[in-house]
Amino acid sequence: MSVDQPTTLGRTPYYVLTGGLAIIFLFPLLWSVLASVSPQAGTAQTHGFGFGNYVTMFQFGPGLPTVTFNSVVISALTVGLTLIISTLGGYAFARFKFWGRDALFLLTLSILMVPYATLLIPLYVLLNMVGLANSLVGVSLMIAMYQLPFATYMMRISFEAIPRDLEESALIDGCGTFGVLWRIMMPAVTPGLVTVGLFAFLAAWNDFFAPLILLTDPTKQPLPVAIANMRQQTMGVINYGATEAGVVVMGIPCVILFLLLQRYYVRGFMSGAIKG
Amino acid sequence: MPQGTHVTSTSMTHTLAAEHPVRSSGIALRRAVMGFVYTIPTIIFIVVLFLTPLVLVVKMSLSKWGLLTGDQGYNFPQNYLLISRNQLFWPAVWFTIEYTVIVTILLIGIGLGLALLVQTATRWASVLRTAFLLPVSLGLAAASLLAYGFYSPNIGPISPPLEAIGLIHDPIAFLGTSLAALLSTTFLIVWKYAGFYMLVLVVGLQGISEDLYEAAELDGASAWQIFRHLTLPLLRPSLSLATILCITGSLLAFDQFFILTKGAPDNTTVTAVQVIYREAFQRQNLGTAAALSIMVLLVLIIINALQFRFLRGAKD
Repeated sequence: MSVDQPTTLGRTPYYVLTGGLAIIFLFPLLWSVLASVSPQAGTAQTHGFGFGNYVTMFQFGPGLPTVTFNSVVISALTVGLTLIISTLGGYAFARFKFWGRDALFLLTLSILMVPYATLLIPLYVLLNMVGLANSLVGVSLMIAMYQLPFATYMMRISFEAIPRDLEESALIDGCGTFGVLWRIMMPAVTPGLVTVGLFAFLAAWNDFFAPLILLTDPTKQPLPVAIANMRQQTMGVINYGATEAGVVVMGIPCVILFLLLQRYYVRGFMSGAIKG
Repeated sequence: MPQGTHVTSTSMTHTLAAEHPVRSSGIALRRAVMGFVYTIPTIIFIVVLFLTPLVLVVKMSLSKWGLLTGDQGYNFPQNYLLISRNQLFWPAVWFTIEYTVIVTILLIGIGLGLALLVQTATRWASVLRTAFLLPVSLGLAAASLLAYGFYSPNIGPISPPLEAIGLIHDPIAFLGTSLAALLSTTFLIVWKYAGFYMLVLVVGLQGISEDLYEAAELDGASAWQIFRHLTLPLLRPSLSLATILCITGSLLAFDQFFILTKGAPDNTTVTAVQVIYREAFQRQNLGTAAALSIMVLLVLIIINALQFRFLRGAKD
């Protein structure tokens, strides 16, 4: 392996190879940004560079603001629900002994074994029955449920990593278990919360299958479904420029969050929570 | 499932109550109740959104159940018999397996290659890791739409420039034939997920002790010998984890084909999950769609069980 070679000269092939690979991986991302502002016949951007394709998205169907709002609501609900449920659950699994605890934990992990597609069709029927058809809440509940195995595991090991002395002295001082959780434990598990929140956001913001099936009303659809539809319906002609503009709008929050929070993302892998 | 579970549950036998035997019974009971209370949201979610639909999908698979008509009573084994008569079913099974094999071999191979290239703790390696991981943060639907333009004869960065300089006369049909569509989709998936598998394997590589490498080098082992006889065997749990994630993920492929090919040409790129989708929402038969879902679930459970035994075997 070239890593052992001491001289800069000996490492040149390594830099050329890895640099080339990095360019290959980054090229499609850069290309989509460029394509979205490039001139193209049959789009709103026919001459020179500009944001015509983005204007097209504002006017298509329910419009970019509505669609983005739907994506934001789904993401916020999913992240909120996942954080609350996995914090309480992780705390209980890490620090309390109660009947059925290990069985419940295994049951939570077993969600990972069941494919999305298997549960979406009965959920479609169930949500219709309880009046949550075409509801952003229904979609968020579904996505949050699928986050629980990873999130609960992650929060459990985050709580387990906290020294017991910390909470014991607080308990002796007359603090209730919820007080201990809120005042003593929460600051210590913040990195775990960021990791769980990041994974939940990426899952919710990017989900395609659940909204495709559960949201048939175009004014309720989030970005991925709306932009996939937009591409097809412009009078039979495919508007590639506007499609790439949509990719950029969907991709920018993910790329920025990822660059800011990369080490929390990697933590998710280091913890062993990806298993299962 | 995760090996970590076994480790953590043993370390938890020391509860607070056990450490204070004098006040133990009352406190233990109170803590047991509180622990249970904190898991109530988890229990509600699992019962309402996981177990209930799971029971319902079994019931649906045993019933005549139309998308618009609803439950029309049991008809077992009608839905299961109809599966094999569905013209799309066997080609889709075959295509899904073909796709899974190709994607898994490429992703694990390339993921391992990338992991070996970025495992050092240098600045350059961390820049590389970020570059390889960026496509992972993008959603699969967004990546598929990106590829839709990338492969297009209108704005793609490959076909139009080659035409402009006269190297080719007709645009390259990246999605034109069944094989081309399979390879183009595979390229997209490898680009999007290689960084993910790299990260899984980097974590495994970092778990291998430096001392072992030093000892091997002192013994005069070559780089290849070290890789073959030290790295690879010790990486087996991570490789096996990456493989199972890749197989199960690929068997459930939907978004990428739904967006890129819609099954074209001639329904040759239809995956198993697409058949479920079409049964439910185009042919409007939720009963057969549910039966298909159960089949897919069973296949996944079998694969997971095999992998579990394989991992156990590796540890013994």
